[in-house]
Amino acid sequence: MSKKNSSDGAGHAEHPKWMQHHFDTPSQQFASSKMGMWLFLATEVLLFAGLFCAYTVYRANHMEMFIFGHQFLDVKWGAINTCVLLFSSLTAAWSVRAAQLGQKGLMILLLFLTMACGGGFMAIKYVEYSHKIHDGLLWGTKYKPTGHAAELIHGEAAHGAGDAGGAHGTVDAGHAEADAAAAIETAHGEEAADDAHAADGADAMETSAHAPELPANVLALDAAERSSTQPAAIGPRGMVPVSDTEHAEAGGHHWEGPIPDNVHIFFGIYFGMTGLHGIHVLIGMIILGWLIYRALKNDFSPEYFTPVDLGVLYWHLVDLIWIFLFPLLYLIG
Amino acid sequence: MSHGHDSEQVGHVVPLWLLFGVFFALIVLTALTVWTATHLQLGAFNIWLALIIASVKATLVALFFMHLIWDKPYNGIVLAGAFMFVILFLGISLMDTAENMPDMYEGPAPAVATE
Repeated sequence: MSKKNSSDGAGHAEHPKWMQHHFDTPSQQFASSKMGMWLFLATEVLLFAGLFCAYTVYRANHMEMFIFGHQFLDVKWGAINTCVLLFSSLTAAWSVRAAQLGQKGLMILLLFLTMACGGGFMAIKYVEYSHKIHDGLLWGTKYKPTGHAAELIHGEAAHGAGDAGGAHGTVDAGHAEADAAAAIETAHGEEAADDAHAADGADAMETSAHAPELPANVLALDAAERSSTQPAAIGPRGMVPVSDTEHAEAGGHHWEGPIPDNVHIFFGIYFGMTGLHGIHVLIGMIILGWLIYRALKNDFSPEYFTPVDLGVLYWHLVDLIWIFLFPLLYLIG
Repeated sequence: MSHGHDSEQVGHVVPLWLLFGVFFALIVLTALTVWTATHLQLGAFNIWLALIIASVKATLVALFFMHLIWDKPYNGIVLAGAFMFVILFLGISLMDTAENMPDMYEGPAPAVATE
């Protein structure tokens, strides 16, 4: 292999077609490519770190919403997904080995297996997501539990979240102080109905959702008492003594204690993290597909398999991130 | 098949038994994580145990599957550096939020005016 002099303007010293002009040797090019890939992977780690930070801060401040929300996640599917991705990492690393040894057929088969595992992962994700969508367990304002999930939360047969009064007061439905809360709600509702600009029930629900009205038991406290009570004990639903809370049994779940108000944030975090990870899995599958295409065109050899190596590195990072996502989201004690 | 021979361009070839060994270790660690999460009640330490096991798994994937143990040290430093910055990021955020936690109210702020 002749050495290419970069200052040599005329002529073209012979080098393989895949070697760039600014490199001296193929191994230098390979080492540089790998370094560049690792720098990119570092940025990807930091990308997910942003979401992990959101998880960390919310979990530190509102442990109860994680404990309550995570019971809607199926550990079995999460564990299967973990094993699927670990196996895909094995086949991916093996495919790089096959590329190094010139085993073209094996390399293509292994790359295809890796892609298939990625597809299996997305299929299981689809199953999980469709359950959540069906149960109305979505992020933020879309969080309107229905059916099975609502039975757990409401402690009684759910009518869905369609009616204005019911949707806002659903958490209260089983509580003893529901009457007082409902009285305040209907009072607000009537006020809103009297207002010409907020005629329908949906509007009343929204205005009451933004203006926190305090239930009677909180209003009954005088200012000094309210300020000395631990803030965590007072939510927008007022103080909920544990003894007054209804137990809910649905689908094997048994929940005791006050139902947190902020579960929609948990699902926001869940969908944000798993969704971004799922997008990365899809991108990885596209990259692997492109590698298979190039491999079929005989672009790779023991002398040049850099794209396989780099593409597989990306796939390993996707697996790495899931290794951390799984215990943090699914295995909350 | 061939073992870890080196050549100018091919570089280090991972032995097959090592790949399978690491894979089985990862599966065992996954089972361990699930078991400790469902059967051990360690309170606040549960999350730390899960993170420690996850870190061991991540180290195995990074060192062997991602080839770092045979690579130039610079690549490993890049990844380790990224993780150190993540820990710095999460750690300082946690410190900050813990500082403000006693003043935090749950849910929307209570209305000031009495009814």
